[in-house]
Amino acid sequence: MTRKRRRLNFIILGLLTLGVAAALVLTALEDKIVFFYSPTDIVTKKQIPTNQQVRVGGLVKEGTWKKPTNDLTHRFTVTDLRHDIPISYKGIIPDIFREGQGVVVLGKLQADGNFQADEVLAKHDEKYMPPEVAEALKKSGKWKQTEDAK
Amino acid sequence: MIAEIGQFALILALVIAIIQGTLPLAGAALNRAQWVAVAKPAARGQFLFVIIAFLCLMHAYVTSDFSVANVAHNSHTLKPLLYKISGVWGNHEGSMVLWVTILALFGLAVAEFGTGLPPTLRARVLSIQGLIGVAFLAFILFTSNPFLRLDPAPLEGNGLNPILQDPGLAFHPPFLYLGYVGFSMAFSFAVAALIEGRVDPAWARWVRPWTLAAWCALTIGIALGSWWAYYELGWGGWWFWDPVENASFIPWLIGTALLHSAVVVEKRDALKSWTILLAILAFSMSLLGTFLVRSGVLTSVHAFASDPERGVFILGLLVFVIGGSLTLYAIRAPQLKGGGLFAPISREGALVLNNLLLTTGAAVVLLGTLYPLILDAFGGGKVSVGPPFFNATFVPLMVPVMLAAIVGAMLSWKRADIGAVFSRLKIAFYITLIAISVTAWFAGSLRDVLAAGGIGIAAWMIVGSALEIAERIALFKGPISNSWRRAIGLPRSAWGMAIAHGAVGIMVAGITASSAWRVEKIQLMAPGDVITVSGYSLKFEGAKPIKGPNYHGERGLFTVTKNGKAVTTLTPEKREYPAERSQTTEAGILTMVSGDLYAVLGDKSKNPAKGGASWSTRIYFNPLVAWIWVGAILMACGGLVSLTDRRHRIGAPKTARKPAKKAADPQPGPVSA
Repeated sequence: MTRKRRRLNFIILGLLTLGVAAALVLTALEDKIVFFYSPTDIVTKKQIPTNQQVRVGGLVKEGTWKKPTNDLTHRFTVTDLRHDIPISYKGIIPDIFREGQGVVVLGKLQADGNFQADEVLAKHDEKYMPPEVAEALKKSGKWKQTEDAK
Repeated sequence: MIAEIGQFALILALVIAIIQGTLPLAGAALNRAQWVAVAKPAARGQFLFVIIAFLCLMHAYVTSDFSVANVAHNSHTLKPLLYKISGVWGNHEGSMVLWVTILALFGLAVAEFGTGLPPTLRARVLSIQGLIGVAFLAFILFTSNPFLRLDPAPLEGNGLNPILQDPGLAFHPPFLYLGYVGFSMAFSFAVAALIEGRVDPAWARWVRPWTLAAWCALTIGIALGSWWAYYELGWGGWWFWDPVENASFIPWLIGTALLHSAVVVEKRDALKSWTILLAILAFSMSLLGTFLVRSGVLTSVHAFASDPERGVFILGLLVFVIGGSLTLYAIRAPQLKGGGLFAPISREGALVLNNLLLTTGAAVVLLGTLYPLILDAFGGGKVSVGPPFFNATFVPLMVPVMLAAIVGAMLSWKRADIGAVFSRLKIAFYITLIAISVTAWFAGSLRDVLAAGGIGIAAWMIVGSALEIAERIALFKGPISNSWRRAIGLPRSAWGMAIAHGAVGIMVAGITASSAWRVEKIQLMAPGDVITVSGYSLKFEGAKPIKGPNYHGERGLFTVTKNGKAVTTLTPEKREYPAERSQTTEAGILTMVSGDLYAVLGDKSKNPAKGGASWSTRIYFNPLVAWIWVGAILMACGGLVSLTDRRHRIGAPKTARKPAKKAADPQPGPVSA
């Protein structure tokens, strides 16, 4: 086995690995990534798929959080202060979830315009605003107002 | 006053680091022995001043000195002492001080114990360490000063996020940093070797223990973080493929590859330039991880309120370190001709396969982590890349690594007979088949068939590692005393390898079972209600108010029975921390070998039907979940056992003396065997 031959073997093996990895990554990027939408996106664009998981983020609108009474379904409204999306979530809400704070939910848009959440992601740090939420608020032109409100 | 001493000590440390980073490097290039000799006292001085700064910050925390802004923002008088201490690194500024403290400690270790190293190599290593120190000290002093004063000082601090007030998390950052900064040693050795233009087996013998130690610490750090997430976040999950988790996992993968390739350099004098590249990458990925965590460019459950200025500083540092070291690599690496030739079917060949797959795996994780950033930059929309992506890409790459690990460990160096190895592994092969069939028999769906494969891999790794050791000590092939003698005589590195590989198997069993067969039940429960999960009956006895040192809340009580026999009681809590104005969930967990029973107390709601209140509760059964962390700790133990191998012991590098003379040779040149 000469040095050249050995190097060729390595290159072939390396390319093979990279090829397999690239194939895996490309198929996964096709259907395994999750898009983010602001409430305005959902209300104004009508082509949001209803059969696919998406994420929606914004502020939890003050006075809209209805805690469950007989079942475990929490209902609240997520807003970017321009448009609202009603959310329902069955399960235990994270400790840091509050009205008036930023939140990102993961789930599916229903045909009736309701959003059924599978996960509610509130953040570790109360000072922290998810970047997508900040962006959504900036886009709706309401970013400053919330800052002042604080 | 104490805070000012700390600040002054940091400035002095920076000045010394600048000297340490320049003089010895110049001295080694210009052959000035006096300049080279500066390295050792400088490393000592840097450690002295950094540890003074660290202790000053700790003093401010322990005495709750709220005139220091950092303490006022992150501590509180009511906090237990352990969390006052861990609060030092529970925030951005303090964690950076911990980082440089560990960096200086490693520098001191090289200065004190590196007496067997060629003097110019040691000076260059210390110089590179000094330069890294300069970067981080400047970062602290210019963007994240922990000693800034507040005037007037508040009477009370803001407190530490209660979710971080936990013993598991108190030790998570120090271990992670030991790992990250430990890789800086491998990096410094790699850059120093590139400057010298030589890499030989002695070099690998020097680098490997540092890498091994860093790798063990990183393994423990990641395991602690995952364990903490499991019991503290109340979701019952232990790994979320979150960007910050990935940021620690990528260096771990590269570090694992580096450990394996350094063996080839040491034993066979081959794969030199590849090993150098891995050493550079391991530390670069640690820095990238720091950048991702500290700059807040990615959405993550760990996200800290962050400051763009810091992000820009770290990004600049990243470009300088990665760009600089890779340029040096491009210039010098072609000189590093490898020695030993080997056939594709050989121990070296198996290690090459291991390296290719581990680094590809790391690249895939990196791509998945950065993909949202890349897509957003090109206007492709906001996306998140979560577990489904990583499960579909990373897991298939790791399967061949694990299958090959056992075969590779039995192959001989240079050229091996794979048929003979397969016949030696016959028993492991049969047991694996039995494990797969039994698991598949008890299950049915496709998901379970994949899980059966996972259990098979676990069995393969555990039995294969045990067989390897059994064979080497000739177990059952002669008197037991003979085997005992061989077991003691077996190199510690062989033991370490078998333990670590077996531990991977234990971990895979835990990961597979807890992902595939987890049972989750969410319901409303009034006192007296009973729920059955995986054969365990949990009776909810109600919830009572509790009061802790800095919190109050509710504690639920579940009595657990199995087949009518009492097993235990579970007491999940919901806590309210008034100082921090936040709540946490403390899960009630019963850990058993077969799995964890995990109870979470949710919100209280009025329930007129049951004549009072009821609570939402969430009960999980997570099969074999504890095996994950037992596996991780055992893996680190394997690393530690390997670290005690005779050839790594301090004072042992007699063999390193010979190359030391060669290295003193003023004309650096490629060494080829």
